[in-house]
Amino acid sequence: MLNAAIWPTLDYSRVPYRLYHDPEAYQREQERIFRGPTWSFLGLEAEVPNPGDFRTTYVGDTPVIVNRDTDGAIHALVNRCAHRGAMVRREMSGNAGEHTCIYHQWCYGLDGKLNSIPFRRGIRGQGGLDPGFDMAAHGLRKLRVASVDGALFGTLVDDVEPLEDYLGAPVLAQLRRLFERPVTILGYNRQRIRANWKLYAENTRDNYHASLLHEFLVTFGLDRSTQVGGVKMDARHRHNITWAEAESDTAELAQEAYGAARVRSNYLSLKEPELVRFRRERADPLNIAITSVFPSAVFVQISNSLAVRQIRPRGVDEVEIFQTMLGYADDPPELTLHRLRQANLVGPAGLVSMEDGEAIEIAHRASKPDRDSTTVIELGGAGVISDRDYRVTDVPLRGFWSYYAELLGIEPAGAVR
Amino acid sequence: MTEGAPGSSARDRFALYDLFAAYGALIDAAEFDAWLALFAAACTYHIVPQENYERGLPAGLVYCDGRAVLEDRIRALREANKYNIHTDRHLIGLPRLIGEKGAAKLVEAPFAVYQTDQEGETRLFATGLYRDRIVVEAGGLKFRDKLVVLDTFAVPSLLATPL
Ligand SMILES: [Fe+2]
Repeated sequence: MLNAAIWPTLDYSRVPYRLYHDPEAYQREQERIFRGPTWSFLGLEAEVPNPGDFRTTYVGDTPVIVNRDTDGAIHALVNRCAHRGAMVRREMSGNAGEHTCIYHQWCYGLDGKLNSIPFRRGIRGQGGLDPGFDMAAHGLRKLRVASVDGALFGTLVDDVEPLEDYLGAPVLAQLRRLFERPVTILGYNRQRIRANWKLYAENTRDNYHASLLHEFLVTFGLDRSTQVGGVKMDARHRHNITWAEAESDTAELAQEAYGAARVRSNYLSLKEPELVRFRRERADPLNIAITSVFPSAVFVQISNSLAVRQIRPRGVDEVEIFQTMLGYADDPPELTLHRLRQANLVGPAGLVSMEDGEAIEIAHRASKPDRDSTTVIELGGAGVISDRDYRVTDVPLRGFWSYYAELLGIEPAGAVR
Repeated sequence: MTEGAPGSSARDRFALYDLFAAYGALIDAAEFDAWLALFAAACTYHIVPQENYERGLPAGLVYCDGRAVLEDRIRALREANKYNIHTDRHLIGLPRLIGEKGAAKLVEAPFAVYQTDQEGETRLFATGLYRDRIVVEAGGLKFRDKLVVLDTFAVPSLLATPL
């Protein structure tokens, strides 16, 4: 049984392996997190610029259509016919004046209203629906939608707190920083990892692993734990910003630290230094800003590569990482080229990210048979969950689990938050 | 064989087939220096998801707009990156001559790549289409521009070794 007794400690410094493998946990996550009082990232306004533009996505396992209505309003609709539960819009993206289910051609407007039903009155007075059938009660279910400067979020719960309150000031500021100018879509990439989705959600909050697992970061001097940086969370500790400042350490300091930790740090020079060269674009010196929004969105700046990742659970044993690569609409061509080149760093083939797929797969595989054993989350100390202005820490993982436990109704009495 | 566009005599066809056969075999044998030698001195290598290609979106999974980036990626693969321990098997279909552009032949070839893990389990990793510009350089055929359009754009696990 999934209950508060599964936690060996009250500070989430120990997480039982069962939470990555238990089908009961997966079902409850879908119900209480993804269909619960959270905001899920849906996509970008820039992906549906014109009336009738639509794009299909997911909120947890729930298929969703995001489209722009003729009046310019954005709607998000559960992509499931009210009649037989079939997926109404099967394409990834397109432009249409309505959405018609292929099964029996029930037809919905861009606002989700059920507009027409074939043979509603039958044929020659025979068959069809009862005259009392309520068309208005059989539309596509609408999500509540909110936007942060063009980044669209949706929720299936009507009385959830407003998006800006849900994100909190620091995360909101990060999103406004990323979306300070109109963005353009450079492309997509997708990865299917044979691991539970929460291992990925943890990975993006884990500053400790970055320069250890991703040896390229240190080897080529792109990002090191000796840089000025840290982790910053919202008041409820469900979201996290991992940040670092460019050129805020010295090669000597790094060599000393990584040498002592027996990490290779030979500072190989690249034939194409542009691959990692950070071009400062803003007043702030951040060259790493990874903002994880509970439950399943990650907004990423690594050097000059910009992206949004959607973590899409695909059952208890698999997750899809759906990543949208971004630039700004007013980028000059050589800056676009720079971003495309630096896209080599991220994604399923990323020079500083490919390892994550392997790391969480081996964690998933080896933890499966022993569900009562636990992980250890104590870098940066156990106990209180709080921001850190250093990088050798995984405290934000405990923040994730604390909110997770609350939503699943398995928060132990006296637990830290 | 003369410098410039490869011809389409039977002999030139065999040379083209040899190029693609070597291409797959050298990746599968992890002989990346010899593999790099199949590319022209000035070359590009891109792996682009089909969903980007068909929409005209430029971002790739691997974006080597010059030989320098390609060589850096191979070096990172050898010296820095960690990935699933596996061997690759390329099955490359017959290359198809599409046309000519300047001094280059435009050639397409379909491929499948299977991966085998340490326990001997093989799975299909990817299928796709090579869309290449091939030139004659230093007396042999070389890839001037290699574009790997990836059908399997939901990449299983991760993409480390070249396709
Ligand atoms: Fe990572």
